[in-house]
Order: sequence, then C-alpha cells, then structure tokens
Amino acid sequence: MNISRRQIMILLPAAAVAWKYVLAGTPEESPNYKMSDHWWSMLIDIPKCIGCGNCVRACQTENDVPDKNFRTWVERYHISDWQMANPLGGMTNPMTDPQVISPDGGKEGFPVATDESGKYFFVPKLCNHCADSPCTQVCPVGATFISPDGVVLVDQTYCLGCAYCVQACPYGCRYIHPVKKVADKCTLCYHRITKGLTTACCEACPTGARQLADLKNPKDPIHEFLKTHSVQVLKPQMATGAKVFYNDLDGAVR
Amino acid sequence: MSVFKDAGHLFRFAGLFVLAFLVFLVVRHYVVPKSFGEYGHYRGAAIGEIAAHPIRFAGHDTCEACHADVAEIKNSGKHAHVNCEACHGAQARHAGADDPSTAKPVLPDTTVLCARCHTASAAKPKGFPQVVPADHYAGLPCDTCHKPHSPAMDAGGAK
Repeated sequence: MNISRRQIMILLPAAAVAWKYVLAGTPEESPNYKMSDHWWSMLIDIPKCIGCGNCVRACQTENDVPDKNFRTWVERYHISDWQMANPLGGMTNPMTDPQVISPDGGKEGFPVATDESGKYFFVPKLCNHCADSPCTQVCPVGATFISPDGVVLVDQTYCLGCAYCVQACPYGCRYIHPVKKVADKCTLCYHRITKGLTTACCEACPTGARQLADLKNPKDPIHEFLKTHSVQVLKPQMATGAKVFYNDLDGAVR
Repeated sequence: MSVFKDAGHLFRFAGLFVLAFLVFLVVRHYVVPKSFGEYGHYRGAAIGEIAAHPIRFAGHDTCEACHADVAEIKNSGKHAHVNCEACHGAQARHAGADDPSTAKPVLPDTTVLCARCHTASAAKPKGFPQVVPADHYAGLPCDTCHKPHSPAMDAGGAK
C-alpha cells in the first residue's frame, strides 16, 4: 500500500484525535448508565407524609451520616386557626408564625400532637439539586459541581472544608462532616440511582410520599403529576432552579 | 551598531520569565488531576468515585426475587406500597451474601415498629389509619392479632 505524504499529513491528526478518545476510556460507573440520558429530581407529596422518620434513618444507614447532621430531615408545621383566619397578620409576628419542630431531624418520629385545632403537616427536606445552584458557584476550588445528570455532588478528596457552600445554600442542606472536615450533603443516592435503584429514602418511605423522578425520561409519571397537581419548589424567588417538587405545599413553608 | 546593545538585562529578565512559566506548566501538570475539566470545572473522576459507594438497601426487587411468596401476600394487602426494607431495614448484606443465612435479618419488634407509623396524632393526615396503642390493645405485640404483611382484619389479616 502506498500512502503519499499528503495522505499521511491528513491521517496523522485524525489518528491523534481518535487515540485521545481511546485513552479517555469509558466512565467508571455502571456500563448501561449514560449520564446524558438522565436529569434527576424528587417529588414530595406532602399530604402523604406521616412523619415516621423512616427516610431520615434510611439515609443515615445508607450514607453513614454522622449523628446530629442530616442529609434529609423532616419538619412538622402547625398553623393555628387564628393565623389561617388572618393570613395577612402572620409571618413576621412571633405570636402567629407557624410552629415548626424537627426533633433530631425527625429521625425518631414526632411527639404525639394533642391540639386538634389548626393545620398540621410534615415537610421532608433534602438537597434540592438546583439546576442553578448557589452552592456550586461559590466553591473556590471546584470541589462541588452539578453532574451531567443533574445531581449536585461534592468531591470530598478535593474539598478544603472552607464552608462557603454551607453558607451559600439557601435551604441549609449542607454541613461540614465532623470527622472528614469536608462539605457533605445529599447525593440523591448517586451510587444507587446509577445502578437502577431508587434512593434509600424513597425505598424506605412507607407511604410513597417521596418519589425519585427522572425529568429526561418521557415515561416517568412525574410529567403527568406536574401537570395535574399544584406543585411548588422551596424559595422560588431565589431562582435556584430547585428540582425537589412539593405537592400541596403550604405558603408558610420557607 | 545593534539596537540591542544595552538590552542584555532585559533578555536576562525575559529568560527568567520564560523559565518561571515553564516551571509553572510542569508543576501544574502534576498538581491538576487528570480528569479535571472533563465535564466542567471539577474532577470528572469524582463522579465515578461517588457512584462506587457501596449500597446498604438492596431494593424491593432484589427481595422479591427470593421471597416472592411473602411479596404476593404483601402486595395483595393494605401494605402493598410499603417496601420490604421500610420495616425490615437495610438488607444488602443479606441479599449480597453467598449464603444469605449468614446475615439473617433481625425480626422487627412489632410493638415498636407498627407504632412508628400508626400511633394516633393530630398531626398525621386524617385518612391514615391510626390507633392509640395503650387503648387499642395494651402491651400486646401487634402481630398477636394482625399479620404484618397484610394487616387488615376483614381481609383475612387476622391470625
């Protein structure tokens, strides 16, 4: 076979580009998982939550979350009859603010409520995996990022533990790991969802109040749900592009 | 006469500058991780490392692969939508073992377990089945009367 000098000059750069892709190799996660095919989110159905704390315990088991720190936690709101009757009188008045409790993050459930008056509901909280997350923008070293499939992750080998991101998160979803001294947060059980499993909290939720959703999957029931229900995100005014959707969220939740 | 006659000190300084730049490039090559910038301003390999974390909850599909008989009872009753590990706890060690009997799950104590969800509280959604444990059947474990996998009394749940 004869190859002219001209042909070699064309072939060499092409071979170099091809070799670069060979060297890059395949991603380390499951072979059938393609990051570009997913855009993860979560749906929280407030009327279904009974405040049992199963999600908080499951998260701690699955992710070795240290005691007194939470990747997910549950809050119980109580809004008095007076406040419901006077919606404009509330919010800034300590007498009428909703009463919010979250004993140990709701890990062991909640004390029995005996006051029948007013309105009660539970709000499970976790990282909102924002599409425009403030926490990833403030990291000075590139240790936290939004993965190509829409999950906000922390590279704990790269994190300095400066805690800028802890301050930047408007939802209080990050903490500094007391032993590792680096930022830690909900990974949306990235090690599970990339293997085709649901998150630990969704797996353990007995009422289906938490559901993992893939916005890029056209067959995911979330699309139907978002069209037919009154669904909100937390702090929409902060334009974080939060992807944890709350069904039937009360205006008192901040 | 050269225009560079009195510029020797400038060349020496430029040389230092080039040398420092080369040193910077070499140091940068070793300090910046290989996969940094693969997807964005972060270490691309971190994604694979996070995904490699071991699982603790096996998932109900794994449970049902062996315990299809129990799953059938559960899925025909009121607890159909409650996943196995919601009550039995994380069982990946049991499911992943070569011999699952070496990591046998502890049978939950129904006195504590059932009360977690079904203790009556004004805060819980009104439609959710709730009892005051002390009034309902003081002291006795729930599985004295109810079958936990299909608990309704009128649906053959009674023992």
